[in-house]
Amino acid sequence: MSDFIVADAPVDITTLRREILVPEAGGFCAFEGWVRQTNDGRAVTGIDYSAFVPLARTEGQAIVQEAKQRFAICHATAMHRTGYLSVGETAVWIGVAAAHRDAAFSACRYIIDEIKQRVPIWKKEHYATGVTEWVPCHTR
Amino acid sequence: MLNIDLQYFAQLQDAAGRAHEIRTTSAPTAADLYDELRDVYSFALEPACMRVAINAAFSPWEQPLRDGDHVVFIPPVTGG
Repeated sequence: MSDFIVADAPVDITTLRREILVPEAGGFCAFEGWVRQTNDGRAVTGIDYSAFVPLARTEGQAIVQEAKQRFAICHATAMHRTGYLSVGETAVWIGVAAAHRDAAFSACRYIIDEIKQRVPIWKKEHYATGVTEWVPCHTR
Repeated sequence: MLNIDLQYFAQLQDAAGRAHEIRTTSAPTAADLYDELRDVYSFALEPACMRVAINAAFSPWEQPLRDGDHVVFIPPVTGG
């Protein structure tokens, strides 16, 4: 399985977790990003994610490889959804297994930060008013 | 003249009113091609806040285009 998955349907997190559960690891750290019910004070009903899939895959894979080089980790995997997701659905999942916790936390943080900066995925927010808008850029 | 395979995403897809087109152009670089498209579709995004992918790899704006290239202008990404 690739270390970076772009999925157009829900992915079983248990399966992703099993991928990184290796005997040399002493634990793992995961980050799960969800669709939130508000953004900038506006009520959100869902988010439509679109991706330039071939480049999202190669850039995501590069990020996971960088994390493996920078931090003393055993394994890392990441998944990003495309398509329409309702409030509460999982949009992104990152799991990092390492011998010790510092590397796991640092690598997990590195991967989500880089995904948000570099991977060609865009979100269109759907508001309770019926309006939809592309999110112009990350505010944080 | 070059035939360029263009794919549009996010705000650019809405402004162009299409996800894909094959365009015949004399633009020598991706930067020149984006200027040409701004005249056609009134794209609001400035190139300074974007990147360009040629044949599914991030590439310099000044990279010379070749016949048959696949070009995607990348609006600011907002995944995560």
